[in-house]
Amino acid sequence: MTIAALNSNPAPAILPGSGGMRGALSDLLWRKPSLLLLLMLLPPILWLGIVYIGSLFALLLQSFFSIDEFSGLINRQFTLKTYGDLLQAANLDIILRTVTMAALVTLASAVIAFPIAYYAARYARGRWKALFYLGVMLPLWSSYLVKIYAWKLILAKEGILTWLLAKLHLLWLLDGWLSLPIVGGNSVSVSFTGTFIVFVYVWLPFMILPVQAALERVPGNLVEASSDLGASPGQTFRNVLFPLALPGIVAGSIFTFSLTLGDYIIPQIIGTSRLFIGQAVYSQQGTAGNIPLAAAFTVVPIVIMGFYLWGAKRMGAFDAL
Amino acid sequence: MRSDRGQSAPLGLKIAAAGGLLFLHLPIFLIFVYAFTTEEKSFVWPPPGLTTQWFAVTWNRPDVWAALSLSVRVAAISTIVALVLGTLCAAAVSRTRFFGRETISLLVILPIALPGIITGIALRSAFSLAEIPFSFWTIVLGHATFCVVVVYNNAVARFRRTSGSMIEASMDLGADGFQTFRHVVLPNIATALLAGGMLAFALSFDEVIVTTFTAGQQQTLPIWMLEELIRPRQRPVTNVVAMVVVLVTLLPILAAYYLTRDGDQIAGSGK
Repeated sequence: MTIAALNSNPAPAILPGSGGMRGALSDLLWRKPSLLLLLMLLPPILWLGIVYIGSLFALLLQSFFSIDEFSGLINRQFTLKTYGDLLQAANLDIILRTVTMAALVTLASAVIAFPIAYYAARYARGRWKALFYLGVMLPLWSSYLVKIYAWKLILAKEGILTWLLAKLHLLWLLDGWLSLPIVGGNSVSVSFTGTFIVFVYVWLPFMILPVQAALERVPGNLVEASSDLGASPGQTFRNVLFPLALPGIVAGSIFTFSLTLGDYIIPQIIGTSRLFIGQAVYSQQGTAGNIPLAAAFTVVPIVIMGFYLWGAKRMGAFDAL
Repeated sequence: MRSDRGQSAPLGLKIAAAGGLLFLHLPIFLIFVYAFTTEEKSFVWPPPGLTTQWFAVTWNRPDVWAALSLSVRVAAISTIVALVLGTLCAAAVSRTRFFGRETISLLVILPIALPGIITGIALRSAFSLAEIPFSFWTIVLGHATFCVVVVYNNAVARFRRTSGSMIEASMDLGADGFQTFRHVVLPNIATALLAGGMLAFALSFDEVIVTTFTAGQQQTLPIWMLEELIRPRQRPVTNVVAMVVVLVTLLPILAAYYLTRDGDQIAGSGK
């Protein structure tokens, strides 16, 4: 087959073909780049296609099954009943709570990320620039569970936050906040406030990096031109910087939003007993054994992220990734 | 020419940026202090006293060693699989344009773009449909899938900077494809692969969400920590393990940073 492939080439080669099996194979691959391409792509496509996409389809399939309420067994017949269950008030409540949290976390991350990203993009040079980069990368990569654990230490009743506020004589402020209906609780570590803080902390680096990348592409003289023309710093921010940074913010929000939608460990360790989507998925597939409902629940973030990505692409956020 | 060179930032911006960075780093440093505290039961701050005894206690805990060993083995195998798949994919995508190229890059990114819980439960339901029992390999299957992207990203960036004419020159000089790969391509992408491999290792070593779905009864180090967070047994041991985990993941990250930073000056980049 190798010989035939070589002979079928009409133009005579300048050099004779390399000798031996290895040489012949090498020549064949050089002459037939598409064969080489196929050989290179086959293993990753097989792996990701079978293991990952295959599993996703298996999951999607399960969401159309239903669970027999008496025997607890899965009934493998196509039905939309499970999706109907998803629309029960309690489940809608979970979805709404999670989406609201994801939106708030995204907003807060953008606000905190902007100054860091702006400083790093416009003022940091040389050694400082490297320091800023590492300063964002290290928390991004350091252990997720350790970060949550650290916040447990900070937010627990006897932890650092209480100690700090006591030193500052501000405990009344904390107590006042914790007595509020939805955001409050026994201590910050068992309240939505705590969940929110930890979400922002853990996903913040995912926002800083794309915003910094977007801001780095803004020429400095644009900002100067704006102030030369008499704009106040606030006006320059609103009319020049913010619109140019927006694709970066949207790109970062893909991560902060998606990660919050799916996480179940943060609200489990730092939060109230009211569930988020991730926790609902986990408990449905685990303790409740209702895999169809768990699968239907995961379809919610997939659909939301589908729309989100579609919108983000239209805004040009993918170029900022 | 930038006219703002040497100009310093407004004070408010400096404070906000510094505050943001402090917010990112202080909690991690706190872990280090807690690893030395003499307090056993609660999270009391400031620590009533400092001691190193918990390092010895942790050292003698077989469950910690078992979890650590499983984590290291899983991360090593997943990294190797990710290195092979990620490099192949990156080479194909960066060298040629073909139908479905965009789809391939999406396929690689998807496992980390979608929330981990989706990857986790998808794999779990596939295992149950196919009746595959949980084992070491089911964990590796999940980890390798999302580690591919890290290797891919690093390799693609390096392939783009490596000039294609070097490969042609090598072939013109009579090297066959394998020799060219061995002596020209590999040395050029080696540091990027090393960096990608280290990041993949760190990612796998730290992964908890997907693992909870694919591990069955086995405990990787993060799963062990999660158990301790939900049902604490001996809190100081958790503190020590947390500190060790931070160190084990930070070192490869720093190494990966230095490797790819030097990579900018690698041969062929400016041609």
